[in-house]
Amino acid sequence: MKASEIKKIAYNCRKATFLIEKQQLAPITIREKLELKIHLAGCSICRTFMQQSIAINKMVHHLFQSSVRKDLKLDDRFKEEMEGRIREKLDKN
Amino acid sequence: MENIETQTAINKLTDPHQWVSKYADYLYTYAVSRLNDEEIAKDLVQETFLAALERMDKFEGNSSEKTWLTAILKYKVIDVYRKRSKSFGEEIKPANDVDGEEEFFYPEAGNWKVEHWPQEMGIEEPDALISREFTEILQKCMKKLPGLWLAIFTMKHMDEEETAVICKELRVTASNFWVIIHRTKVNLRSCLQKNWI
Repeated sequence: MKASEIKKIAYNCRKATFLIEKQQLAPITIREKLELKIHLAGCSICRTFMQQSIAINKMVHHLFQSSVRKDLKLDDRFKEEMEGRIREKLDKN
Repeated sequence: MENIETQTAINKLTDPHQWVSKYADYLYTYAVSRLNDEEIAKDLVQETFLAALERMDKFEGNSSEKTWLTAILKYKVIDVYRKRSKSFGEEIKPANDVDGEEEFFYPEAGNWKVEHWPQEMGIEEPDALISREFTEILQKCMKKLPGLWLAIFTMKHMDEEETAVICKELRVTASNFWVIIHRTKVNLRSCLQKNWI
């Protein structure tokens, strides 16, 4: 890699944060991994971003899981109405 | 006569009279957790049952009733996502266009604008305890995201859906998908910092 190229990567936080996001959800290329490593070695701001991004993903995961476990209940009247509609439709057939 | 026979054959595999008592609450929870809207969720559950009645002859018992009904509901949820992203008039710009990121990064060099530097929020350590207050702010910040972004974010993180499937269902290209994933996180993180520190 040329020195100018390394410099470009070393300062490009937009690209680095893009790779940080992509890497958490999909494989990135070896070249991209290297670019990210070089960037992170010299950029404490993006290192903080990465730690927070990982933490946010964990929180989001937890949040979604707990909302699925909440077991909401539909009100009984609405359920009866639905049952009525299903019966109606079945009778028509 | 033929009708009655078909009906009986189908009823061996699935009994619509039982659907509501068996699955209504489950389907309702599924929809609410993905749409954050109880009224829409109610409607979708009802529509799911009615749609399932229409296609009962296609139910062959290869999957469970619950899986089958959930699959029907899932497409209805995705329809809502599509409508939501349209109603905001969102047209995501091509991936090489960094306009949407100029708020946070300098367009040329791509480095952070000083006022947007991520600051420590006490969540950096892998084993950091997250308070309930923080989670509440996270939820509020998620609600502020544009419809399409939140739809992509939810499908990816909640259902761990394949990227290709999300792109197809929400009609975005793969490169725009990643642009949105990136922008979503940059915005979400920034919103957390603004409201937490």
